[in-house]
Parts: sequence; C-alpha cells; structure tokens
Amino acid sequence: MLGGRAVLVSSVSTILFFAVIAVIVVLAPGSEIVAQRFFSPFHLRQSIVGTASTPSVVGAFLLNVYIFAISEVLILILALVIAVVRQIPGPVFFPLRMVAIAYTDIFRGVPLILVLYIIGFGVPGLGLGFVSYLSDVTYGIIALVLVYSAYVAEVYRAGIESVHESQNAAARSLGLSRWQSLRFVVLPQAVRRVIPPLLNDFIGLQKDTALVSVLGSIEAVRAAQIYGASQFNYASYVVAALLFVLITIPLARFTDRLIARDKRRRQAGAVA
Amino acid sequence: MKRTVLICLLVAGLSLTGCAGQQGSGGSEQGGSGSEKSCDIKNPPLFEDGVLTVATDKPAYPPWFEGNPENYSGFEGEVANEVAKRMDLPIKWVVEPFNKSYAPGAKDYDFDINEITITPEREQAVDFSEGYFDDAQGVLTMKDSPFAEAKTISDLKDARFGAQVGTTSLEFINETVKPNEETKVYDTTNDAKSALESGQIDVMVTDLVTTVYLRDFEIKNSVVVGQYPRNEQFGMLFEKGNPLVGCVNQVLGKMKEDGTLQKLKEEYLQQYLSVPTLKK
Repeated sequence: MLGGRAVLVSSVSTILFFAVIAVIVVLAPGSEIVAQRFFSPFHLRQSIVGTASTPSVVGAFLLNVYIFAISEVLILILALVIAVVRQIPGPVFFPLRMVAIAYTDIFRGVPLILVLYIIGFGVPGLGLGFVSYLSDVTYGIIALVLVYSAYVAEVYRAGIESVHESQNAAARSLGLSRWQSLRFVVLPQAVRRVIPPLLNDFIGLQKDTALVSVLGSIEAVRAAQIYGASQFNYASYVVAALLFVLITIPLARFTDRLIARDKRRRQAGAVA
Repeated sequence: MKRTVLICLLVAGLSLTGCAGQQGSGGSEQGGSGSEKSCDIKNPPLFEDGVLTVATDKPAYPPWFEGNPENYSGFEGEVANEVAKRMDLPIKWVVEPFNKSYAPGAKDYDFDINEITITPEREQAVDFSEGYFDDAQGVLTMKDSPFAEAKTISDLKDARFGAQVGTTSLEFINETVKPNEETKVYDTTNDAKSALESGQIDVMVTDLVTTVYLRDFEIKNSVVVGQYPRNEQFGMLFEKGNPLVGCVNQVLGKMKEDGTLQKLKEEYLQQYLSVPTLKK
C-alpha cells in the first residue's frame, strides 16, 4: 500500500525543501536589514494598532471590505443585465445590443485607474446637481462597478452561450415564452456553470478596492503607505498584504470546492 | 530513481547547512560611522564623474523651478546652479518623485532638491544639507468656502482637509489641527488641488510658497487662509553616508555669508511670503 511510504517521502521532501530555502534566505546578504525593515515586531504591532499620527492598517481595511461588499452585489446585477440585453433577439432591439457590446468594449478597454480619475475628479468638477456632490468612496464604487461589470458580463455571456440550444428549444416547445425560458431554464444553468470564473473575478475585485485610495480616502494600502512614509519601516505593507491574503483564502478554497463538485457532477453521468 | 533524488536532496541540504555555520549574515555594511565624512571640494565624490547630478520631481513648479527641465532657473533651480558653479561642475537634472526621495537606499543622483523638509525621521534614512529656506505651512481654500475667513486653527476644525501623503503638511493636519472630519490623503499635491477645485475637500495644505503660487496662478477663486510656521527648513537630500554633504554645506555656508542665498530668495520668493499667520 502506498500510504505509509508516501507520507514518509512527502514529509522528508517538505522538510528538506524548506530547510534549503531557509538556509538560502539566512545566507543572503542584507537579510538582517530586510528582517528589520519588513518584519520587525514593533513596527508590525504599531501598524496594526495605529499611532497618534498614523491610522491603523487593520481599521482602514474595513473600508476595503465595505467597498468590496457593496460593489460585488451591484456588479452581479449590472453584469447580468448587460449580458441578457446583449443576446435579446430581434431587429428592433439592435440599438440595445449595440450599447451592451460597446459597454463591454469600452470598460474592458480603459484601465481602472483612469476610470477612477475620470469619475472621481472629473464628475465632481462638472457641478451637475447631486451627481457631483457624492463622497469619493461612492465615486470609487461607481468606477469599480462600471469596469468590473464589463468583465463579469462577458463571463455570464460565456455561461449563457454554453447552455445547449436544445434546452431553449425544449422550453419553448413546452409553451414557455422567451423570457420564461431564459429565466427558468437557461439562466439557472448558465450561472451555475460560471460560478468559478465569477469568483475568480471577485478575488481580483478585492485587491482593486485598494485603488480607490487615489480619490483620497484612507484604506488599508494608503494607511500602510502613511505609516511607511513617516517611519521608514515597511512592516505596515506586510500587514496590509496579509490582510488581503487572509480574505482571499476562504474564497479561493470555496471556489476550488465548487469546481471539484461541478466536475464530479458532470463526470458522474459519463460513467454508464 | 526516487531513491537517487532523495539522496541528492539530502546531500544538498546537508552541505548548505554546513555552510550556514560559518559566515555571519552578511551585508550590513551601511551601518558605518554616521557622522559626516570630510569632503575635498576639489575632488568631490560624485555619482557621475565630472558632473553634478541633481534630482527633482516632475512636474516641477514655479517659483521653485522655472524654465525648461534641461536648465532650470527659479529659486531651487538657481540654488542648485550656484552650488554647481561654485564647485566648478556642470549640472545635470534628473527626475525623482517626491514620495521616493526620502526612502532609504541607494540614490541615482548626487542630491535631490525639491522642497523637502528636514525631519528627524527622514534623517534616519537619508542625509540632509544645512537648511536653505525656512518654510511654513500654507492653508488654501476657495473664496466661497465658509472657512475662507478663518483666523485661527480652531476655526478650521470642521473643515475637510486634504494633503499629499508623507508630507509635513499631513503631519501638521494630524498633529496640530486634528480636524473632526477624516483627512483625505492624495498621491500628489496635484490630486489634492483637483479635489479642492471640485469640492471634494474644503481646505488644502502644502508649503507656503506653493500655496500662494496656486492662489495666484493655478486655482481661480481661491484664497489663502493663512500660514503656520513650524520651524521647518528645506534641505538638499543625499543618500545616507554620502560624504558630498560636507562639500555642499561648505558652499551653502559661503552662499549664506555673502548674501547670495538672500538675493535669490528676494528675487524669486518675496511676493509669496506676506501672508497672515494663523493662531492656534
């Protein structure tokens, strides 16, 4: 049986692997100064807790979570609308389809940071009614939603197009209208299929919330930068990085589990 | 096959562990003697031989820098030109963003001159020359703002402040003003300026001269609320341990003695300095 021997070999291999790495790291010139600059316990604690003149990185991270939570919901909705509009059949809906296509082209083409600048600095400058007097976090969320909806709409579209046309044909022949067929037969299947790539995009969204800092609000990365600029120690960046990784891991493992379950489901039918 | 791989790994691991025993961890050569090393003005240690490499940010603002980037004039431009002239060297200008300048590490230039305030924290990471200008913080707002008439710091407590990250202006806001609203922090003074113009912030803080320049030339309908001196001086920034500081300090000392520095200040900066002081 492979069990015992495999475990032994993998343990020895793991220990050796990390021993070699540890040795290389310790031997590297400048490792002392790297340890002091990035991993000093005093600075790690100061950046987590905050000081009189620098904000706490952990506290500022709540802003990232807030932005992510709100954006995620809005993106899921807007992207679905765009994906559905894009595939409405019929010549009378041609302009709507064009708008949907143009939307995904434009907002996947323009870099997010540019959209942030245009919306965060440009729109307030126009002085148009209430639209120009929103908070910078709101503008940041708007920019994130606009850009990510374009990407996610394409993911939805891939899902919708992957559902075989026979599903739609069967639904129509049972008397369901086009919308009913979409809503009850096609979309449920389509969305289930694209959950892994959707979650992948959201893992990316979590990081991009850091860019909202260009509009002035203090989120985790900016808080880390403020600490780093005044203390010349970059432990705060390490803290911010760890926080981002910590919220990514549950989402990533959950995605893995969904992919595995989906694979089992599909292949279960094949073994006949 | 597996056995061979295992044995190779074992041998590799053991030999490297053996090496670790000997050497202490390398490279802290930089510790060194912190005090200024002496500098021979006839043969100074330069980044690039035969030329004085001076860095500043891009864009560089008047009245600190004027003219084209190959050949700056303006107050700081001329101070650097004068230093180069007295050391008998041609000057070469390079670009270094403000946020990077005071970070520790090797520099690609002889010194950086960019309205950088000398602070004890920064002195841990870099070396400064003697101060060449006494700075104050300047507070800028729009004419129609309720804060335009403020006379004291406490009048400004309810304002939304904005400043560039890592500046003494931000320190001033956080430590002295302590406003009730959260301060907005921007990557550059330019972004803070856009935010002020578009109403995202009420008040912006940067160095006094730049503040007045913005009022006069860049932001329409703005007004300078006041200045707040904090005993700050601008210094030229050098890589830590660079002996060139000694030479530049010699030259700067002479420029102060014979009045050259004062003359440059009057020529470029005088119009920007008469601003009422904010009381606490």
